[in-house]
Amino acid sequence: MEPNDRLSLDAWANPSSSCNGLPRKMSLENPSFTNFNLQQQEQKWDDTSILNYGIRIEPPFLEFNQASESEYLLSSTCNNQPKVLDQEDGLNNEALQTSKSLDWDPRTMLNNLSFLEQKIHHLQDLVHLIVGRKGQALGGHDQLVTQQQQLITADLTSIIVQLISTAGSLLPSVKHKLSTGPPNGQLGELLFPPLAGMNCVPQPQHGSGSVAVQPQCVTGSKVSDQCNQMDVTGSFGTEQNLSIEEHEMKEEEDADEGENLPPGSYDILQLEKEEILAPHTHFCTICGKGFKRDANLRMHMRGHGDEYKTPAALAKPNKESSSEPVIIKRYSCPFAGCKRNKDHKKFQPLKTILCVKNHYKRTHCDKSYICSRCNTKKFSVMADLKTHEKHCGKDKWLCSCGTTFSRKDKLFGHIALFQGHTPAIPLEETKGPSVSCDKMDGNEASNKSGNINFSFGSNAGSGAQNIIEVKEDGDDPASYFSPLSFDTCNFGGFHEFPRPTFDDSESSFSFLEAP
Amino acid sequence: MKTNKKTTSNCNPFDFLTEEIIFTILDYLNDDPFSKKSFSLTCKALYSIESHHRKTLKPLRAELLSRTLHRYPHIEHLDLTLCPRIEDSMLNVVSLACKDALCSINLSRSRFFTNIGLSSLVSSCFNLVEIDLSNGVELNDLAAAAIAEAKNLEKLWLSRCKLITDMGIGCVAVGCRKLRLICLKWCLKVSDLGLQLLALKCKEIRSLDLSYLQITEKCLPSILQLQHLEDLVLEGCLGIDDDALSTLQQSCKSLKTLNMSHCHNHSHVGLSSLINGAENLRELTLAYGPAITEDLAKCLHTFSGLRSVKFDGCLVKCSGVRAIARWPHSLKELSFSKCSGVEDDSLSFLVQAHKELTKLDITCCRKITYDSVDSITSSCRSLTSVRMESCSLVPKEAFVLFGQRCELIEELDVTDTKIDDEGLKSISRCSKLSSLKLGICLNIADDGLKHIGSSCSKLKELDLYRFCLNFQCLHSSSTMFKP
Repeated sequence: MEPNDRLSLDAWANPSSSCNGLPRKMSLENPSFTNFNLQQQEQKWDDTSILNYGIRIEPPFLEFNQASESEYLLSSTCNNQPKVLDQEDGLNNEALQTSKSLDWDPRTMLNNLSFLEQKIHHLQDLVHLIVGRKGQALGGHDQLVTQQQQLITADLTSIIVQLISTAGSLLPSVKHKLSTGPPNGQLGELLFPPLAGMNCVPQPQHGSGSVAVQPQCVTGSKVSDQCNQMDVTGSFGTEQNLSIEEHEMKEEEDADEGENLPPGSYDILQLEKEEILAPHTHFCTICGKGFKRDANLRMHMRGHGDEYKTPAALAKPNKESSSEPVIIKRYSCPFAGCKRNKDHKKFQPLKTILCVKNHYKRTHCDKSYICSRCNTKKFSVMADLKTHEKHCGKDKWLCSCGTTFSRKDKLFGHIALFQGHTPAIPLEETKGPSVSCDKMDGNEASNKSGNINFSFGSNAGSGAQNIIEVKEDGDDPASYFSPLSFDTCNFGGFHEFPRPTFDDSESSFSFLEAP
Repeated sequence: MKTNKKTTSNCNPFDFLTEEIIFTILDYLNDDPFSKKSFSLTCKALYSIESHHRKTLKPLRAELLSRTLHRYPHIEHLDLTLCPRIEDSMLNVVSLACKDALCSINLSRSRFFTNIGLSSLVSSCFNLVEIDLSNGVELNDLAAAAIAEAKNLEKLWLSRCKLITDMGIGCVAVGCRKLRLICLKWCLKVSDLGLQLLALKCKEIRSLDLSYLQITEKCLPSILQLQHLEDLVLEGCLGIDDDALSTLQQSCKSLKTLNMSHCHNHSHVGLSSLINGAENLRELTLAYGPAITEDLAKCLHTFSGLRSVKFDGCLVKCSGVRAIARWPHSLKELSFSKCSGVEDDSLSFLVQAHKELTKLDITCCRKITYDSVDSITSSCRSLTSVRMESCSLVPKEAFVLFGQRCELIEELDVTDTKIDDEGLKSISRCSKLSSLKLGICLNIADDGLKHIGSSCSKLKELDLYRFCLNFQCLHSSSTMFKP
């Protein structure tokens, strides 16, 4: 640790005035996080106090710009505090190496960094408080406890916001250099939009925390462009989420997430299954209600006070265009054995979070939506179902093998190719020139019982026999078009057809039924 | 099997007559229905033999069909054109009675059956080879699908079945692979697609009638590639024109008969590209089509097999006729019926070149005079059929020449001409005369008919429209006429 500290000290050769003797502290007190925490406990409510930056200095912070603190970043440090020690070495080294070659203003950088350090310590204290609270949860007044917890969580939230903003402000300068360097994290994943975008409701519980954390991962993509220059290692996003909740999460996503795949220099993020399948990705920080869209959340926030009714609060958080090229981010499917999983030999990454969602649902979830028209096709993604319904039933030209075609010449080309395929003519027709029974659509309109003459015999399309069989068969399992549920194709003609128009058919029907 | 009682011998001579022998005897009686009737009424044995012998049936009443079919169980050809109303139930009766013996059925005059009857018919009678469903205006694609079940079908007539579409034809094409003749005249909903499929799947087609279909040249390549196509009728196919035909690259070597009547949209250019390569072309019908010009005649020059040419209703140019005269091959049948522009010179020139004419039709060629008849009768001695209706300029003397020179005449149509008794007397020398049409012939009288009646023993058809009948002459000649 100490060499690292020294390195970091070297980097911060010129402490800014705002830094309260941070370097010294760092050099003196090695691992004693807890010391700091204890010291800071009184200060924990003082958001503005500069945290005594811990031992750990993470490379991304070195590259932080001296930009405004309004840019938010979910700081990797805040969650990685317990693990910080482990990863420090490599990170620090690399960071230092890269930072040396860059042009940046050390002073502002230091300012921001020291501020971050303060905030991190602050955060730590709070988290420890929560731990402590949890232990004491048995005793004490429930009301008090909950109130305190609420205060703590609110505080945590604000601190994290500030951390992120500061960290983000430090980002823009160096990203392109580091893209080839140490493994790049996916901090962008965990960006939540400023101000109202506080989706994270830090709670001491595991499950809820994970839920709270997930949205950050998801919505972070919006703000991720801001901080695309981040070169944070690994999937810091997920790791941060975990640690925010008191380190109780067991997911091991930290192990190899920091790798860069050889083919290109792109980051790989892997979201958890719960994250992917989460119905809501934005959460209200005040009441915890979940929303699918950020706009909906903003609308909801209006009910929590006037400050949310301002145009600024209601405005869509726009992503500022960066002058630097963005890091390519790719995603991995968490399902083990999937070709889209980063552990697969022939790993093929997915491009966006939406891709991940759709892929996961389509591939690893069961298909719960069924097309109401054909009653055959099943989908797991609602959008797929809607797309299918747009075109379901458009094919009216039917072959005996069951294939439908949208055009007559396609049908005939198909029949010309194969032996034994014949055009399939719907069974129900009415006599008389008023209904032209040649076109399939006309037949559908008049198709009362929904039976269709499928001659499935491969060699001898036994149309005639099938006519007889199908008629006697009550429900034709292969009945492709059932007019009862076939809304759009009924043309209204369905209602105009009370019954077959001539007596002969009835007599011939009876003739058939009594062979 | 014995009938006659004479017990002089212990054995009955009829015992030696097996059924096959009696069948052979009955075959000779095919032309004489009354003889057969009396044969069957002789005794029970002969009754049963005759009932097993009969193969064709043409009933008058459909209600008696079931009993009739019960009596005659081996009917192969059933002609129901005289029954006005055939319903599905009757077809069911037919199918159950005839089963696999039935080969051919003609339902062209009834509208009242549907695909249900057809499917029952076809399912039982799997040896069905011919079905005539012409005028089935209410038959739809389901009926076609039912017909497609007849796997052995070779001849199918679907004229005027206007509701049948490509889908139905597609079913037929896939189902009836042995199809040899198909007539789709006036099946207006059949288009190129269906025909392409038909040509693709039914390779055995010999005769294809596509009259008045709204087809274009798209189906022609696949049709011309039919290896055995002999008879192609494209009457009234207005969608085919010269430009389309000129794109054709296929040729049909087996084509023997082509009918492109009532096609105004093409000229000799299209025609030549269509029949390009058809070395076996024998008959060509271009009624009401392009003008018969020298070019047209020239493009037919090379078809050495061409024997029959019909140019009814076309505008004939003299140069064209002369060019026809220059053909190296000798025509047998020629028709200029209702053509304008046929004149003495050119016609004379033509018949002198084609001396082997057997059939000549110059109906309504009003410019023809004595000279033409003179040339015709002197050059074409083997004429068997002459139609000269409304050749008003031909004088009565000309008709004498027929009898003098063309003694092989079997059919003569001199309606609305100036023929008189002298002519008739001369014509009566044609002993083979079987059909004589004398409508609106104002100059004939009883004498002529007497001669005809006395000499022409083979006369079967006599048209005396507007003739003032004199009962005397009828009496004298009626004894010579067959009933």
